[in-house]
Amino acid sequence: MAKRKGTGNREPRTGATGGNGRASATTAREPHGSRFPVPGSQSASARASATLTRAQKLDLYYWMRLTRSLEERLVALYRQTKVVGGLFRSLGQEADAVGSAYALERRDILSPLIRNLGSMLVKGATPLEILRQYMAKGDSPTRGRELNIHFGDTNRGFIGQISPLGDMVPVMAGVTMTFKMRRQDRIGLVYVGDGATSTGAFHEGFNFAAVQRLPLVVIVENNGYAYSTPIEKQTAARQFVDKAIGYGVEGLQADGNDVLAVYDVTKQAVDRARGGGGVTLIELMTYRRKGHAEHDNQSYVPPGEIERWAAENDPIDRYLVVMREELGATDDEIAAIDARVAHEVDAATDEAEKSAPPEPLDALIGVYADPPRERPLWFREGTERAVDVNERAEGWGTWQASRTGSA
Amino acid sequence: MAGVPDRKRLMAEITYLEALREALVEEMERDENVFCMGEDIGAYGGAFKVTEGLVSRFGEARVIDTPISETGIVGAAAGAGHMGMRPVVEMQFIDFIANAYDILTNYVATARYRAFLPCPMVVRGPSGGYVRGGPFHSQNPEAGFIHTPGLKVVYPATAEDAKGLMKSAIRDDDCVLFFEHKYLYRRIKGEMPQGDHVVPIGKARIAREGRDVSIITYAAPVWKALEAAEQLDAEDGLSVEVLDLRTLAPLDDEAIFATVRKTNRVLVLHEDTRTGGIAGEITARINESCFEWLDAPVLRVTAHDIPLPYAPALEDFVLPQTSDIVRAVRRLAAY
Repeated sequence: MAKRKGTGNREPRTGATGGNGRASATTAREPHGSRFPVPGSQSASARASATLTRAQKLDLYYWMRLTRSLEERLVALYRQTKVVGGLFRSLGQEADAVGSAYALERRDILSPLIRNLGSMLVKGATPLEILRQYMAKGDSPTRGRELNIHFGDTNRGFIGQISPLGDMVPVMAGVTMTFKMRRQDRIGLVYVGDGATSTGAFHEGFNFAAVQRLPLVVIVENNGYAYSTPIEKQTAARQFVDKAIGYGVEGLQADGNDVLAVYDVTKQAVDRARGGGGVTLIELMTYRRKGHAEHDNQSYVPPGEIERWAAENDPIDRYLVVMREELGATDDEIAAIDARVAHEVDAATDEAEKSAPPEPLDALIGVYADPPRERPLWFREGTERAVDVNERAEGWGTWQASRTGSA
Repeated sequence: MAGVPDRKRLMAEITYLEALREALVEEMERDENVFCMGEDIGAYGGAFKVTEGLVSRFGEARVIDTPISETGIVGAAAGAGHMGMRPVVEMQFIDFIANAYDILTNYVATARYRAFLPCPMVVRGPSGGYVRGGPFHSQNPEAGFIHTPGLKVVYPATAEDAKGLMKSAIRDDDCVLFFEHKYLYRRIKGEMPQGDHVVPIGKARIAREGRDVSIITYAAPVWKALEAAEQLDAEDGLSVEVLDLRTLAPLDDEAIFATVRKTNRVLVLHEDTRTGGIAGEITARINESCFEWLDAPVLRVTAHDIPLPYAPALEDFVLPQTSDIVRAVRRLAAY
């Protein structure tokens, strides 16, 4: 029997399992009068990732590398005060985001978390959109209304999150309920962190989706911390996957820093949802190597913990080993992907920097479908630029009045 | 004329509650994207039986009995709304909408603005007091939501408006919070206009024409205002105008200002508590736009700032009564 790890354990589980990490299933107890198939009866032995082509497997590396490089570029822009709000990193969690999103079809819809930039890129969000959004440009996906990666596109299959955690679980229950009502062959995936599992919204949405047997996959990314709060202060459960039992659904757990293991476990849950098997809870074990946001100095983290994960359990480093040893990837091939990523990030940055900030009056458009526009209040009429010049506090965030002072 | 049936008898009057049900049935028949969700709304037909008979007519897929999860079902309605559905969610009592406050104000209300995601959905439920319901089955929480840009709020007083506004709410492309006054459910009746009876959101209604004093109100107090107007006419010879707002967000400023300019003396009346209530907002708007038209300060008659108690002696003391309205109007007229 596999050793059961308590949630308090944040030791890196290193590449001993390499690319061969397996998902482990916990068995949901059969409720009375259940229509559930007996969990574990389906074959989990055949690895879904075994059917991925070599090109697809190299693709996984490209998305992880793009995620990391784009975030590194954002850090540089943040330090130049061009990112006007907070910056949220997913350093060390790229495999979790990319591997899970890669298991979806184009028609499926996911709702990302703040550390799922990789999922959004896989689903078709572009570096240019991300950069414009972070830099609050007028042509950003939300026209300057929302921050960071809070945006979506139902046509490309991702719905932007909001900051109150857990709220996207009931929303995605509604999205997948529509798939079911319309008998569409589509499924949904929603990400939550270890912290969000404590919210009422998570519970209500999860329970409703489970009762309705909706085609929904819920991924709990256990990265050790919710802001500064460690998991042992978040839950008394031994592991988050145990919560599946209470909801009467199947729970799966996998090494979140092994991109192929993440793909495998997600694909298993996706296939189950597509086949009418209802909700699956997946716990992905990973680690947040940066603070909650860029301003967070992580003083609450025990000394050496971050360094150990970086040295022993970096998802990209681990996958490079797999690529070289199992796919026979050459240094030239890898360098070519890295160069492609660097070029794309550079080009997107150049393009994004050209964009103008939004027009202030655009702030008043589109709260309702009808009426389309709110009227400016009398004391704002004709004065909107003066607001930027005169009323914006110098010390507020990273904003610098001098940048717009000439307006 | 012999042989011509009395129109009244042909077009039977129905209750406020039946009018709501009629609207739900007609809209579900008109548009397959319309569906209902809520606690005990299917087999049981809802705590007040608004949805009675719907499940046998439309099936369990469109009349969904849900777990006790206000956040869960309001959030699910938003998700379904994004995908083109038009959900109608019942709060078993509107008091429980507080449980969905986060998802309504943070998620639903902002969705179109921040993410260009439509949330065409209705959240409806029995509201209001005068029914000995106590602190958790009598509330009027509308003021908490008119403060949130992105939500629409309606609160009809008549059976005709209950039906017509419900049909508008279901067809609206944004989220509409639909407050139904439970005191009125079975106490008042109305004759439904023939055909597709739709009442536009955002338009107030003159419930009674008058010259001397205006009462601006909505929901059950409309009937108390009408009662007071009768008494003031008979005893004081005062001509009182009653404006039924019908929609609280967006407010019908035009109708409010018109009645102010007509009578120059205004009472704002609501059943909700006083501090932070809608009466304050209406008073502020009148002050900003009609100050020179006023012959007296705008007065408010509201509930006391007290959680609503159960005992009839207590509830009746806390909630506004017809005698309070009469007293306030006399004071305005004498000012």
